[in-house]
Amino acid sequence: MSFPHRHLLGIEPLEASDIQTILDTADGLKEILDRPIKKVPALRGRTVVNLFYESSTRTRSSFEIAERVLSADSLSIAAAGSSVVKGETLLDTAKNLEAMNPDLVIMRHASSGAPHFLARHCRFAVVNAGDGAHEHPTQALLDALTLRQHKGKIKGLKVAIVGDILHSRVARSNLWLLSKMGAQVVLCGPPTVMPPGIEGLAPVTYRLEEAIEGADAIMMLRIQLERMSGGFLPTLREYFRRFGLTEERARRAKKDVLIMHPGPLNRGVEIASEVADGPYSVILEQVTNGVAVRMAVLYLLLGGSPEAAS
Amino acid sequence: MSRLLLRGGRVIDPEQGVDATLDVLISEDTVAEVGTRLSARGAQVLEMKGLVVCPGFIDIHTHLREPGQEHKETIATGTRAAAAGGFTAVCAMPNTEPVNDNEGITRLVLEKARVEGAVRVFPIGAITRGSKGEELSEYGDLREAGCVAVSDDGHPVADSRVMRRALEYAKAFDLVVTDHCEEPRLSEETCMNEGLVSTHLGLRGEPAVGEAIMVERDVLLAELTGGRAHIAHISTAASVDAVRRGKARGVNVTTEVTPHHLFLTDEEVRESAYDTSTKMKPPLRSEGDRQATIAGLQDGTIDCIVTDHAPHHVDDKKVEFDKAANGVVGLETAVALCLDRLVGEGLVDLPGLVALLSANPARVLGLPGGTLAKGSPADVTVLDLGRNRQVDPSRFESKGRNTPFAGWILKGWPVATIVGGKVVWDDLKR
Repeated sequence: MSFPHRHLLGIEPLEASDIQTILDTADGLKEILDRPIKKVPALRGRTVVNLFYESSTRTRSSFEIAERVLSADSLSIAAAGSSVVKGETLLDTAKNLEAMNPDLVIMRHASSGAPHFLARHCRFAVVNAGDGAHEHPTQALLDALTLRQHKGKIKGLKVAIVGDILHSRVARSNLWLLSKMGAQVVLCGPPTVMPPGIEGLAPVTYRLEEAIEGADAIMMLRIQLERMSGGFLPTLREYFRRFGLTEERARRAKKDVLIMHPGPLNRGVEIASEVADGPYSVILEQVTNGVAVRMAVLYLLLGGSPEAAS
Repeated sequence: MSRLLLRGGRVIDPEQGVDATLDVLISEDTVAEVGTRLSARGAQVLEMKGLVVCPGFIDIHTHLREPGQEHKETIATGTRAAAAGGFTAVCAMPNTEPVNDNEGITRLVLEKARVEGAVRVFPIGAITRGSKGEELSEYGDLREAGCVAVSDDGHPVADSRVMRRALEYAKAFDLVVTDHCEEPRLSEETCMNEGLVSTHLGLRGEPAVGEAIMVERDVLLAELTGGRAHIAHISTAASVDAVRRGKARGVNVTTEVTPHHLFLTDEEVRESAYDTSTKMKPPLRSEGDRQATIAGLQDGTIDCIVTDHAPHHVDDKKVEFDKAANGVVGLETAVALCLDRLVGEGLVDLPGLVALLSANPARVLGLPGGTLAKGSPADVTVLDLGRNRQVDPSRFESKGRNTPFAGWILKGWPVATIVGGKVVWDDLKR
């Protein structure tokens, strides 16, 4: 049975069974990363392009490693240093790439919906590596893989997502994924960064203590410092005092709570260093799982069968 | 003397309270007579049996793009689109380059329209110089040159003092002040309506109240000054309510609505997966807002239907959603959409729709036409209520192809357009 999607544009269009398939495939492929020779020929002869219009360390290197482990031929284009700075439109860049016949393009872009635009106008498969405030599907998948490894399942878990929900593609993808997989999500953050209507999708609280109470996992979101200029928050000091995750607050969660963060961290803004580096933090495991999940996504979209990966 | 007889059509002239099978005799550029069994002697005859004959439709909110943006539209192509869509007159918004804030540009537009235009063009001048929202433009000169209203078009008049002065000063020249109501600070960097859909899509939304705040302000300023305010392309329930309350206490305010706000909601942005032909200002709103605009049409709060025809070049639209230009074309779909979705669905009756497209817009801006009364300009729109056709942007006369209605199959289309006694569009079956 092959994977029933041509692109990975978001979590919202996926069924729970698709998510299950990706996670199972990632579990199967993860073992390759522990081998002395980390390379399999699964995607030999396939061409993958990493097209990054926004800066990225984790996501981009994680995709690049996943491509190499699976033996795909890949290249990375960063907006700075490409013809984008010469004013080329997204469509022209994409059409030029298409003319070189890649099998799959991974794109990060500041405009929500940019990967949909690419998928509509080009022949290659598209993976969304983060579009505006819309979705970041592979981040949610790696978070789910991490949760599943520690808790054995996702269904029934209480997960708090805390921070700037309004501007966060990570929050949206995680909200879709966790809801589809039967977890109980609580959203927390200042009202100025709660998107309209979100309370119809998950309970919202403005009190961090309430969100954390009894949580199996806490996902802290990065406060983008440039948001300060939009008048969303009075000061970072107050943000940390009211919404920052400290050791004391974390104690309200379950004893075996998982502390998660998509990175990069703002230490002392959304999360105290003691928590980020503490025993419950799985922040670096998330990064490791990122490679496995991206291997699974590439493998499935480029025609690999889920059974063969296990 | 050239004579044209429109024979045996269902003549609807709301201004005269006429809805009957009649002949319309046109002599030169005016309506000579409306009656039964009129003599065809010396006249060219057009058989109207089974068709509806209406006063020419008038769109008081069109962008013709000339001068300055001729790659998007010209007076020639825009007025041809109007003729094809059943409009005999359009009001040209001043957001040209340069802005139509002086008599020179007004005269240029009128001269071009006289030579190349397929339908009548009534220019609208700018409220403020350069539409910058600061100093009033010279309304006396604009009026004398031929402007029928003032508007800063896509630029809301943010400064309440400027708006007050505009409403006051315009009284001296019987000019209507048409305002694009949008609280600019609440819509900064936004590209759609704010709500659950914008949350889903991760797009920045502008709240519906941003429009209503300015509508309330304009109604109050019109009340204060006794000036004539016209609210452009109303799109929210709260705005409709503000106008309704204003009218109830006698404020001299009118408003208009577009087909896209009548027939689409912000869900269209999601369903189309970020298709930029669903992006315009004001943005597509919620279902509740959409219902409120229909209710506003039904109870007379909304005076007329306009297209807000905003042609764009493909380069301005075939980009990321948040980077795309605002606006959709409408001249060639508006009438058919209203026939199919308003009359066809029983929301507005046919004479009511004809009024919303002819007599009412003429009254709002004090334009000639809007009726087939004897002696009126011989501007006529002919409808075929039975005709089925699919919206096909590749067949548009407009240079713009940016419509969210591509592929819609609509029943009821304009089939002939007569301006000043001349048939400028003829799609009649013979």
